[in-house]
Amino acid sequence: MLQTIAFSILDGVLYGMLLFMMSSGLTLIFGMMGVLNFAHASFYMLGAYFAYTIGLATGFWAALFLAPILVGAVGAAVERYGLRRVHAYGHVPELLFTFGLAYVIEELVALFWGTVPVAYRMPELLSATAFTLFELDYSRFKVFILLISVVMFGGLWLLLKKTRAGLVIQGSLSRPDMVGALGHNVPRVFMMVFAFGCALAGLGGVVGGIHFVTDPGMAFMMGPIVFVVVVLGGLGSVPGALIASLLIGVLQTFFLSVNFSLAGTIGTLGIENSGFFGVLWHMEAMRLAPVLPFLLLVLTLIIRPRGILGKREA
Amino acid sequence: MTRNKKTGVFTGTMIGLSMAISSLSYADNHPIKIAYIEPLSGPFANVGDAGLKHFRFAAEKLNAEGGIMGRQVEIVAMDNKQSPSESVQLVQRAIDDGIPFVTQGNGSNVAGAMVEAVDRNNRRNADNKVIYLNYAAVDPALTNERCSFYHFRFDAASDIKLEALSNYMATRDDINKVYLINQDYSHGQFISQRMKELVGEKMPNAEIVGDVLHPIAQVRDFSPYIARIQQSGADTVVSGNWGNDLSLMIRAAESAGLDVNFYTYYGGGLGTPAAVGPRGQDRLHQITEWHADVNVDEGLEDYEKWFQEFKSRYPEIDWYYHRIYNQMYMLKAAIEEAGTTESDAVAAALEGMEFQSPTGTVTMRADDHQILQPMYISVMDENAKYDADNSGVGFRTIANIPVEQATVATSCDMKRP
Repeated sequence: MLQTIAFSILDGVLYGMLLFMMSSGLTLIFGMMGVLNFAHASFYMLGAYFAYTIGLATGFWAALFLAPILVGAVGAAVERYGLRRVHAYGHVPELLFTFGLAYVIEELVALFWGTVPVAYRMPELLSATAFTLFELDYSRFKVFILLISVVMFGGLWLLLKKTRAGLVIQGSLSRPDMVGALGHNVPRVFMMVFAFGCALAGLGGVVGGIHFVTDPGMAFMMGPIVFVVVVLGGLGSVPGALIASLLIGVLQTFFLSVNFSLAGTIGTLGIENSGFFGVLWHMEAMRLAPVLPFLLLVLTLIIRPRGILGKREA
Repeated sequence: MTRNKKTGVFTGTMIGLSMAISSLSYADNHPIKIAYIEPLSGPFANVGDAGLKHFRFAAEKLNAEGGIMGRQVEIVAMDNKQSPSESVQLVQRAIDDGIPFVTQGNGSNVAGAMVEAVDRNNRRNADNKVIYLNYAAVDPALTNERCSFYHFRFDAASDIKLEALSNYMATRDDINKVYLINQDYSHGQFISQRMKELVGEKMPNAEIVGDVLHPIAQVRDFSPYIARIQQSGADTVVSGNWGNDLSLMIRAAESAGLDVNFYTYYGGGLGTPAAVGPRGQDRLHQITEWHADVNVDEGLEDYEKWFQEFKSRYPEIDWYYHRIYNQMYMLKAAIEEAGTTESDAVAAALEGMEFQSPTGTVTMRADDHQILQPMYISVMDENAKYDADNSGVGFRTIANIPVEQATVATSCDMKRP
C-alpha cells in the first residue's frame, strides 16, 4: 500500500505539473481577455515540434529557450492579426476563430512534419536514472520536468504580484478602460499576455513532447483536460490552476493504481453486477479514472461555479 | 418522306450502335476501382495515411506491369474518421459509384459494421454487388460466426496470432509470470480472454499475474499501469495495443526501468518504432506475417527492391503491410481467372486460391476466407539491416512459424450465392 501511495504521488505530481504548464497560460488568457482559446493545446503542440526541429540543429538546451519564444511570436501574430479583428464582434466569433485555428494548426503540422510521430528524444544527460524507489526508476528527465514547472510557477507568481507589468496586467483584467485612460496601451497588453500564455504552453510542449508522443494528434488529446483544469482552478487564477492540476494528476493516478471497487471494499451486499446501480457498485476504480476529470468539472460547475480560487463565475 | 424517315431510322440506329460500342470499349478500358475506407483525419490519420500510401504504391506497380487484364487499377480514398456509421455510408457511396471492391482494416468494430453493410447490399442489390477486402481487422468473429462470402481477410486473425505466439512462448523458459494489458474494446477483450485460456493449456510453468483493460486512445501517462505491472512481479507482458497506446506504454516502461519482455501484435507498426527507439532493444517482440529483415534473411532480392523503392518514394515511413502486396496480387489473379470484375465470380476465384507470396505459399481458406500464411516472431534489434521508421532500430526474426502451425479451425457456416 505504501508503495502504491508513493507511486501515485510521484507520478501524479509529475502529470499534474505538466497539466499546469499547459493550463497556466490558458487561465491567464481566459481570465484577462475572456477568450476561450480552443487553440491553446495547439500551441503546446507547436512547442514540441519547434523544439524538435530547432533541437536537430542546436541541441536540446538551446531549443528549450528558443522554441517557447518562437511559439510566443506566433501567438502574438495570431492575436494581432486575427483575434483583435474578430474581438470587436464579441465572444462567439472569437470562439469560432480559435476553434478553426486549432484545426488549421493541426493540418499545417501534419503538412510540414508528416502524420507519423517524430523521433523527438531527451538529451543524453537527462536520460539517466535519478533515483530508484521500490525497484522502479525515476529518470532525471522527470525531475527536470518538475524543476521547470516549479520555476515557471515561481516566475509567474513574481511577475504578476511583484512587478509593474504584473500590476498593469491585473489592472487590465478588471478595468481595461481605466488602465487605458491612465495611458497604457491595453491592446498591446492583451497581445503580450496572449503571446506569453502561448509561450508557456509551448514550454509545456517542449518537455511534454518528449514525455509523451509528438504527433499531430497530441493537441486534441490534451485539449479537453486543460479546460477542465482552468474551470476547476478558477478563471484567471494561476495558483488555482496549480491546485487543480495537482488534484487531477494525483487523483487520477491514484484511481489507476489501486484495486478498488465499492463492492470489493464494502461487500457486494447482494447487489448483482447488472443494471445502472449494480454496474457502478462493481465498477473498478481503474475504469473510472478517465472520466474523473470531467466528473470533477461537472461537480464544480454545479457546486462552486467560480472554481477553487476564482473570483468570477464561470 | 418515307425516304427521309428511313434515313432517320438508319442514322438513329447508327448513333445507338456507336454509343453501345463506345460504352463497351469504355467499360473495357476504364480503371478497376478499389475504395479505400480508412481514417484520413483525426487521431488515427497517420495510420490511415500510411495504408493509403501502401495501396497507391502497389497499384502503381501493378499498372506499370500492365494492370489487370489491360485495365488500370485506381485507389479511391474515402475518409471514415474511424467511425463505423460513416464507413457504412461510404460503402454505400462506393456502391453508388459502381466501385466493385472496398478495402479497410483499422478497427474491428468498423470492420463488423462494413461486413453487415456489404452483405445487406449484396442480398438486395444483385446487379451491383461489392467485395470487402480486409487487410488488418483481426477480430476472429469476422471469419467465424459473422463470416461472409464477400469478406476476405488477408491478415492473420487474432486467435491465429495468439496460438502461434503462445506456442513460441511455451518454449521459452524465462516466461513465468504473464501480465495482460489491452485496449478496452472487442480486440483487446478477446486477447485478454483467449490468452488466459492458452496460458492455462500450453504453459504449465507460467501463470497470469495481471489482466488490465484500459480505455482506447485516452491514456497519456502509463506510469500508474507500469507501477502495477512492477508490483505484480511480471516478467512478460502481452499486449495487442496499437498506435499511441503501444508507444506510450513502452516508453513509460522503459523510463521506469521495468525489466520485462513485451510480446505485441503491432510493435513494428507505423510510428511505434520511432516513438520507442532503442529502448525496445531485445525487449519488444512482435508477431507479423513479414518484416523488413525477412528479405535479407531469405534472400528475397526482388521484394527488397520493392521495399527500397517504397522507401525512396515515402522516406518518412516504411513498407510495412506485406498483406497489401498479397491482397493486390491475389485480387489481380482472381479477376484474371474470373475474366470479369463481377463480384460472385471474383469471390469464387479468390476462395481457396493459392498464391506464391515472397514469404512462401499462402492460401485463402475456402471455408471462412481467412488467409493462411507463414508468420514471424521478431524482436527489436539495433543491428538489423533495415531500421523501422528511421528509428535506428529494426527487427530480427527469432522464430519462423510455418503455415501449418499458423492456423486455427473455424466455425464458419458459409452461405454461398
